Amino acid sequence: MKWETVIGLEVHVQLRTKSKLFSGAAIAFGAEPNTQACEVDIALPGVLPVMNRNAAYMAVKLGLAIGATINKQSVFARKNYFYPDLPKGYQISQYEIPIVERGKLEIEVDGEKKTIAITRAHLEEDAGKSLHEEFSNNTGIDLNRAGTPLVEVVSEPDMRSPAEAVAYLKKLHALVRYLDICDGNMQEGSFRCDANISMRPKGQEELGTRAEIKNINSFRFVEKAIEYEIERQIDVLEGGGEVAQETRLYDAVKNETRSMRSKEEAHDYRYFPDPDLPPLTLDEEFIQSAKDSLPELPAAKRQRFMDHYSLSDYDAGVLTTSRELADYYETVATHANDAKLAANWVNGELAAYLNKEGLEIDQAPITAKQLGGLVKRIADNTISGKIAKDIFEAMWAGEGDADSIIDSKGLKQISDSGALEKIVDEVISANPGQVEQYKNGETKLIGYFVGQIMKATQGKANPKQVNEILKKKLN
Amino acid sequence: MHRKTIVELQAALEAGQISSVELTQAFLDRIDHHQDLNAFITITAEAALEQARASDDRRDHEAPRPLEGIPIAHKDIFCTQGLITSCGSRMLANFVSPYDATVIQHFKAAGAIILGKTNMDEFAMGSSNETSFYGPVKNPWANQAVPGGSSGGSAAAVAAQLAPAATGTDTGGSIRQPAALCGITGLKPTYGRVSRYGMVAFASSLDQAGPMTHTAADAALLLNIMAGFDPKDSTSVDKPVPDYTATLNDGLKGLRVGLPKEYFGDGLAADVAQAIDASVETLKKLGANIVDISLPNSTLAVPCYYVLAPAEASSNLSRFDGVRYGYRAADYDDLNDMYRKTRSQGFGEEVKRRIMIGAYTLSAGYYDAYYLKAQQLRRLIADDFHTAFGQCDVILGPTTPTTAFDLGAKTDDPVSMYLNDIYTIPANLAGLPGMSIPAGLGEDGRPIGLQLIGNAFEEARLLNVAHQYQQATDHHKQTPEGY
Amino acid sequence: MALDPTDVGKIAELARLEISEPELTSYVHSLTQILDLVGQMNAVDTAGISPMAHPSDSPLRLRQDIVTEQDRRQSFQEIAPATESGLYLVPKVIE
Repeated sequence: MKWETVIGLEVHVQLRTKSKLFSGAAIAFGAEPNTQACEVDIALPGVLPVMNRNAAYMAVKLGLAIGATINKQSVFARKNYFYPDLPKGYQISQYEIPIVERGKLEIEVDGEKKTIAITRAHLEEDAGKSLHEEFSNNTGIDLNRAGTPLVEVVSEPDMRSPAEAVAYLKKLHALVRYLDICDGNMQEGSFRCDANISMRPKGQEELGTRAEIKNINSFRFVEKAIEYEIERQIDVLEGGGEVAQETRLYDAVKNETRSMRSKEEAHDYRYFPDPDLPPLTLDEEFIQSAKDSLPELPAAKRQRFMDHYSLSDYDAGVLTTSRELADYYETVATHANDAKLAANWVNGELAAYLNKEGLEIDQAPITAKQLGGLVKRIADNTISGKIAKDIFEAMWAGEGDADSIIDSKGLKQISDSGALEKIVDEVISANPGQVEQYKNGETKLIGYFVGQIMKATQGKANPKQVNEILKKKLN
Repeated sequence: MHRKTIVELQAALEAGQISSVELTQAFLDRIDHHQDLNAFITITAEAALEQARASDDRRDHEAPRPLEGIPIAHKDIFCTQGLITSCGSRMLANFVSPYDATVIQHFKAAGAIILGKTNMDEFAMGSSNETSFYGPVKNPWANQAVPGGSSGGSAAAVAAQLAPAATGTDTGGSIRQPAALCGITGLKPTYGRVSRYGMVAFASSLDQAGPMTHTAADAALLLNIMAGFDPKDSTSVDKPVPDYTATLNDGLKGLRVGLPKEYFGDGLAADVAQAIDASVETLKKLGANIVDISLPNSTLAVPCYYVLAPAEASSNLSRFDGVRYGYRAADYDDLNDMYRKTRSQGFGEEVKRRIMIGAYTLSAGYYDAYYLKAQQLRRLIADDFHTAFGQCDVILGPTTPTTAFDLGAKTDDPVSMYLNDIYTIPANLAGLPGMSIPAGLGEDGRPIGLQLIGNAFEEARLLNVAHQYQQATDHHKQTPEGY
Repeated sequence: MALDPTDVGKIAELARLEISEPELTSYVHSLTQILDLVGQMNAVDTAGISPMAHPSDSPLRLRQDIVTEQDRRQSFQEIAPATESGLYLVPKVIE
């Protein structure tokens, strides 16, 4: 039987607010345990929540960026369950009426574009952390994260392959970075993904039973976890079994998903509107202000790069995959005075180095301004592209700006025609045999002469000029 | 000295006839002498005297604050920094609060002295004070009778003059009902008028704190201190607080007093009905006009309340899990066992009963039939009041159907206990201010409470009516024998 | 609406309460009584009535995004049943 994979994603986006969703405690990753958990966060008796305006603002920005409906009135509800990292015994979330509904995101896989519908995005508070490893018989509870604002973005089951799921996730990740509402750090859990996966015979309308895979913390693991889960479910189905509706955990080390038995008991969250919080009511002014604050979004930026810098659709697409990369590129282009050459260097040499060393663009040892300075010297013929690669390597190693490296190493291209003519003359007179052969029609020997001249100038001769002078002298 | 009102005590302190230390000591002595009432869970004698000394010193060179040197007792539901805040429960019997409730902060800032924390039904769930982990409180008017609840300790303390005034909280009648049963004045303000921050939550959409005093004038003084916007409470209303003492002496001529027929039907004891009728006559003499009104849906207020309040409570009480503070069971097998044992040992029977009712009515498949239905009914009950206040300025009726019942009389029958709050619950559901003032004694010699309900944020009018009534009568001046 | 011991057992588990056998009988009785009481609500037709979740109609007030709280771990953990290295301790949770 031919199977079709159906994937829906739930992404928890941690908002970059200064304080928590319902308290004035600070948010910072890595603080000493329980030092950023105030009386509200640890749920002392009698404490009450007060909503952070900025969290609502960020959620609205996200909603606007995915073309969604912003609900002018949304309702906070309590989701009741017992867990030691959930101090109140309930999580404040949005249930029946979320702040954002019905958005979409366009993805691209192998050049094919596809729209993924987003059901809703709602505000909720994060739980604390349970540390199972520190003590032999106990679990340690750190409530620093408790109360951190999250937006949970729930997609429709519109994805049909792991590649589509990853493309959607990357797109959403880029978007929240563009909007500057999340730091996007997947290792630290600022951007977490749960995947709902089910299989159905190709052509069947009805959805199969889904399994939910929890907390997958990298793009690569998302792909691997889904791949594993697809195989597992097909095995179960083809073996005549039924897929259980359950929560599964992805184990990156073993590259497998396994059932979370402890969470299997039937949940009954007993949602009801939180009596401590009247409905969240947003006026037109609030929404308009969020709209006005929206930065240029990826699609618009990509178009502008094509129009303004005459880049190809592909180059513009690559350069706008993240706000940081796009910003980096624009700085390079501005300093280089040659936008296309700048794009080649960012997507070429720089990308290769970053990839090789496993670095992100904001960790590049060469600043955008420095790279712009290098590209500028290629554009104005101060150095050749070949020499530029050596300089790039030196810059990567921290040896300074392009200009100072060119100066100190004397790498300036020889473009003085008098000096070049002199060298050309010397090479011609030193190779009478080759000159003879050339004149007899072996014109490909021109490469030999260029090589000799480059050798004599340690590669610094302007190749275009060398060609011209040679041709003039030999003909 | 203990017979005096706060207004009189303020004058005595101001005139130098007595010091705050002497006053505080006098009340501490009375508390000590009447320990058999079991009105207090915590008595803070040393700290109180310390505060009184500081107040006396301060008075020497600074203008007195509004409640300078006046000792007050607080219901043990208000978080009080450095003091055990037990909420009448084993669950919090060891809980020393690391912070002050906003109400407590207000009293401290006003110069009041904390005498101690008063006994109460566990987590404010009860109408007789019999659900307290610390044992029942006795009614000073009849030691075999309950003081009412859940603010039973506060009511008994004021009635027995162990404190000139006390704070209480009222979710379904917990200020007004014990005030009625103990013959004192109690006011539940409009929902949102007094901050709930730091008040251990029972039912968040209903809870409201208020004063319990001898007189309406004293209640006005205390409400001046308690009321006000609190940015830490999202349900607190940002509305200016009037001086509640300023309008106490306004005349009642032309005041329209509504009598809801549903408050005078079957189940109302004859002696209570008689006392209320007499009060109506008094108000008529003061110039009030009587209007017959109807609150048709209020007859279903008790069923409505017993869905909403337990549902909110079941969620509010989930934080008591033995992880961060409070009681934790001594022996357990694993995490869930720790939860179950901690909560089963930490909570009393009535609290567990309400948690279970709440968990049930919110659970999958029952939500619409119970919770949603109750919220809709709540709207109808509130709308009834809205209509009524088109016809009258205040609503008058009994606070309770009978005078105080005997200890143990209703402990085996939760529903009959619940029905004791039949006249007080509607105001909570509608979020309206309500007051109970003494209206005489019943055939058994136990106090009868007269209830006044006002429109939202019309506490000043309730206090005015109550004060005028108290100028014309002396029911509030009666004291139980032996106190 | 009559509850049976199994219903009460389920509710108790949902609320993390341990109910002994003798208690169970008594709770079955009293909870059924209470459900009979609240069942009286059905006397009123509430179709189309908007549910009332809050006594007042005021919208949610939003606070500025500023840090107002200091670290008070020490005073908070003085009253905790079990802590170590700044963490609250609970019996091992197995995932």
